[in-house]
Amino acid sequence: MNNKFKYSLVFAAVTLASGCSSLGVEPWERDLLAKEQMALTSSPIDSALDDHIYFSKEASSGGKSFGGGGCGCN
Amino acid sequence: MKSKSQNKNIKAALTLATTALFSNAQAGAAPLPSDASTEDAWSFDSAFLYYSEADRVSAAEAIISAKKTYTDDSVLNLKLTIDALTGASANGAVAQPNVQTFTRPSGKGDYDIKAGDTPLDDTFHDTRVQLNAQWTQALAQNYTGSVGAHISKEYDYLSLGINGNIAYDFNKKNSTISFGLSHFQDTFTPEGGIRKAFASMTSAYGDDGDQSGHDATRIGNDDDKTTSDIMVGFTQVINRRMVTQFNYSYSVVDGYLTDPFKVLSLVNTGGVAQDYLYENRPNKRTKQSVFAQAKYHFDETILDVSYRYMWDDWKIDSHTVDTRFYIPLGEGRYLEPHLRFYQQTAAAFYQPFLMQGEALPEFASADYRIGEMTAYTVGLKYGMKLDGGNDLSFRLEYYRQNSKSAGHKAPGVLTDMELYESVDAIIAQVSYSF
Repeated sequence: MNNKFKYSLVFAAVTLASGCSSLGVEPWERDLLAKEQMALTSSPIDSALDDHIYFSKEASSGGKSFGGGGCGCN
Repeated sequence: MKSKSQNKNIKAALTLATTALFSNAQAGAAPLPSDASTEDAWSFDSAFLYYSEADRVSAAEAIISAKKTYTDDSVLNLKLTIDALTGASANGAVAQPNVQTFTRPSGKGDYDIKAGDTPLDDTFHDTRVQLNAQWTQALAQNYTGSVGAHISKEYDYLSLGINGNIAYDFNKKNSTISFGLSHFQDTFTPEGGIRKAFASMTSAYGDDGDQSGHDATRIGNDDDKTTSDIMVGFTQVINRRMVTQFNYSYSVVDGYLTDPFKVLSLVNTGGVAQDYLYENRPNKRTKQSVFAQAKYHFDETILDVSYRYMWDDWKIDSHTVDTRFYIPLGEGRYLEPHLRFYQQTAAAFYQPFLMQGEALPEFASADYRIGEMTAYTVGLKYGMKLDGGNDLSFRLEYYRQNSKSAGHKAPGVLTDMELYESVDAIIAQVSYSF
């Protein structure tokens, strides 16, 4: 992928971040967000197992959490 | 199904065990509760997973994770993972129109591969035990800190890791920025030792044969690798129904990155294998990735979509899209379909075979996992809430990897061989939280 795309990704992230003060909810509006299913990692065990599988079988790891080392997986 | 009182006994026993473990680790920190069964601060997540590739590797993995939330909202998380691996793994050589014989990693025995088959080494049997501990607490108003440790041991591999993370909440806790560091120190002691780069695979020498030829292709018993990661994250609540996350990661892996069990076929202009040479990879890899995730709560259902773009100095680029859709069915039951798509380009030094008569490259590997590939996963999870609030769920997934040519021309007999075989796997999992 070219650098232009990478820079536009970074630009999009920064733009999004700077516009964030107008985003969000009041504390009493968190009824849906407070649900365990709305957690960004709603099933840590599934994530850990998936990370291990894909770390072993593909050339990429991490991104959502640390990629790490941890096994001499075949 | 277990009765409620049996469940309570298991939980009480595990609570005692984890409390004892923790109080030993931090002597004098907290007294043991006098009656563990009335202490309800520990919660446990457990899972058993079975992964099986058609004709290749099978793995069974069990996890138990214990979490205790203290009155000041500090959280201690302890996790034990045990997995066992058996089966066959591609050794890197190409299929041939005749039977091929390969030496096992130990050098003592050999195995035959049928004509037309992708060479798989079925030597692998390994058991791994992993322990993780993570402590998270508020450091000051709006600041949360977390530190963790990791140890993983298998027959030929030891991995030690530490990590730290700090997060700052602002904008009424609708925005969070975080910064994390992690470092792993791994030691690899592979069966048969560390291979000399591009040394020929020698013939098996048997139990009491002369192993001097074999020893000449080895340069040591073990080697090291370190992995250092930096991650910057940003989480933003968009509205009452939507939350998003953005991460940037920078990772440097330094040390022994070669796979000692992988070879490349050295073929002549007719495509016929003349020799098998041990692969050689660079001893450093720098990876970067950007990750974005959004979760949206519809009236009933929840959509979870994430995307990751990874690139590295081995010239591997990858795209990953992961989607889950949570569908409540009432009375605590739910369905969750899962779709994942993955695509990667090949490492610059990936090549499916070496040509006789051409100069050896500095680095080369025929490991399909760093070759060009697309993969997808289709899965379904079914979960339910049991009496007493415990969760039980089942997950069944199908994973397929389609390897592709990165533009290498196959000479002679190799034109009739399958050089880029697909891999199919089934993933089955049972999870129980109590």
